[in-house]
Amino acid sequence: MEAPERVARPATRTSTTKPTGRRGSNLTGLIFLLPFLIVYTLFLLWPVILGLRMSFFNWSLVGGGASEFLGLQNYRELFGDPVFWVSLWHTGLFTLLSTPPLVLLALVLAMLVNRLRFAQWFFRFSFFAPFVLPVSVVALIWIWLFQPGFGLINSYLTSLGLGEVAWLPDKNVAMITAVLVTVWWTIGFNFVLYLAGLQEIPRDLYDASAVDGAGSLAQARWITIPMLSRTTVLVVVLQILASLKVFDQIYVMYTQGGLNYPATRPIIGYVFDQGFTSYRVGYASAMSYVFFVIILAVSVIWFVVARRRGESA
Amino acid sequence: MFWNLFGGGDGIRLGTMENKFRRENPDLGLESVTLSWGSPYYTKLAMATVGGGPPDVAIMHLSRKGAFAPAGLLEPLDTDLLSKYGIGADKFLPAVWKSAEYKGNVYAVPLDTHPFVMYYNTDICKKAGLLGPDGQLKPLEGPDEVIHAFEAAKKVTGAFGLSFYPNDPAGGWRLFYTLYSQMGGKVLSPDTKEVVIDDAKARRVLEFMANLTLDSKVASADSAYPDSVALFQSGKAGFYWNGEWEVTTFQAAKMPFSIVPFPNVFGGNQAQADRHSFVIPRGVDAERREAAIKFISSMMKSSMTWAEGGHIPAYQPVATSAEYKKLKPQSNYAGVADDVVLDPLAWFSGSGSQMEIQASATFQAVMAGQLTPAQGLDKFKADLRTLIEAPKPF
Repeated sequence: MEAPERVARPATRTSTTKPTGRRGSNLTGLIFLLPFLIVYTLFLLWPVILGLRMSFFNWSLVGGGASEFLGLQNYRELFGDPVFWVSLWHTGLFTLLSTPPLVLLALVLAMLVNRLRFAQWFFRFSFFAPFVLPVSVVALIWIWLFQPGFGLINSYLTSLGLGEVAWLPDKNVAMITAVLVTVWWTIGFNFVLYLAGLQEIPRDLYDASAVDGAGSLAQARWITIPMLSRTTVLVVVLQILASLKVFDQIYVMYTQGGLNYPATRPIIGYVFDQGFTSYRVGYASAMSYVFFVIILAVSVIWFVVARRRGESA
Repeated sequence: MFWNLFGGGDGIRLGTMENKFRRENPDLGLESVTLSWGSPYYTKLAMATVGGGPPDVAIMHLSRKGAFAPAGLLEPLDTDLLSKYGIGADKFLPAVWKSAEYKGNVYAVPLDTHPFVMYYNTDICKKAGLLGPDGQLKPLEGPDEVIHAFEAAKKVTGAFGLSFYPNDPAGGWRLFYTLYSQMGGKVLSPDTKEVVIDDAKARRVLEFMANLTLDSKVASADSAYPDSVALFQSGKAGFYWNGEWEVTTFQAAKMPFSIVPFPNVFGGNQAQADRHSFVIPRGVDAERREAAIKFISSMMKSSMTWAEGGHIPAYQPVATSAEYKKLKPQSNYAGVADDVVLDPLAWFSGSGSQMEIQASATFQAVMAGQLTPAQGLDKFKADLRTLIEAPKPF
């Protein structure tokens, strides 16, 4: 392996970059990236392009293919399809409801755990543990907890003298149920990100501020939270994207536990139903593309806002 | 390779039948794969067939014929080959055999008919004074008599009169279609291009369904499928509306119960039903097709085992046997096998289909009081029209 060795060397001497050296390192980089790029192109980019093509046809899951060109008919149908808009709203609502607790609660938990002098590992483990559970396990655990009559949650409610709540079937509660389950399930990830962020804050800042007479609340307000702002941006972006992708926990709780699907079905759920239950892959692709454009718009707006903030700060 | 969708007790009984076949045909190397019921099963079956790797034989609900046969996903069965292995029109009720045909070809061999029926708890009904001197349920007829009986049972249980599962992707549809068919109502025109719902009849059905949960409050609009089984099993409801397939669940629980055909509420004895059948997907070669038919034939002959699970055997030599007639309460409702109504056959209908899921959600909303019967009917019709107008994927 002489060739990569020789081209790699100039790259380590960087700062005095000669044009030839840079080209060489780019090539090496590319070779290293190649396995990923091939997989990425084959299994992501190419299907994405195929999907766009499908969205203009009456493309069926079971043959048919490009035999019937529909032009924009799938898109026209989608704009007049109330279920599409309702499902889109469910995804938006889920994101609005789940992001704040998943960010704030994770921050609070991380700050509490970070103060512990002993048994910290135990809490780190406890809060992160649900995150490693598969979705089916999470859904089944909560379906049992939410049962009327003998479910743990409802029996607590009744022993407190409160009425039972129809967590799964009630259309007004079902979305909150989905959010609750998701918060419990995925908060560990944000929690760990915040904990890592906290441990990077230099101790001397706290020591110095303590000398200046700052209490722990003031420290949290003026040191911890500002020092975590980069982590917060990361956590919020990742959380919004994760929440927009919601599907599996809602689907499993619907099929296995009778979660009110018409009141919770997210847009990806509707894409799945049209594509895989009704075999209408063309229509499902058209919906995916509209959803993709919406996510893209959200990301661009976020990027612009974040940049402007960065410049003004 | 054989694909099926039977879990629970059905899965165990199927295993017994398969083992018998394995013992008799060790050379064929039967491999059986159980997948879970619901729309994903049919997605998998369709995709495996299109992808060129189908199972040699599979279970299909006959209500799915409307999607699978015109899509060319099934191999038409060779009737000569079938009769070589003792399968033919003469071994089935005419209506049952006909339901396996499409455009003059036979596409499936029916295994059973599984209708919507009424279970009742004999203890509770006795206390409520609903049993005749023979210890059997006195026949119920008409909406008032049915609801009065449920109210009487509710007084005994202190919870519900009737257990049912409106909060389910299929429950609402099964009940609606049963009641609506009793008045002779039709949902789709024969070419499945038009909604032909009789508004007055459909509204009466929805009003009756809403009455159960909202006015007389004999049933819960929130019950999901597992809750409904638990409610009846724990004696919190005197009656239970469901398909006959839970019979062994209650037998295993050693509870006092029996089964009768679905009551005549609106002037007929119809009940919604479906049929499990064996199909051979497209692309299975001749040699494996013959092996598959041999397997199907063996399954038919051992379908007495199958009947224990509650399903009415389609194969007449078994259905008319003395052994089956002795099987109680399973044979109580065997007479309905050709009185049943199968789902309309469109590409979007059938077991686990979009139509069934949407309709059930709408009917649950009616039973929960979120929609009035008139609003529910409008929504049901609008959803059907959307399905009809959507470009056909086949």
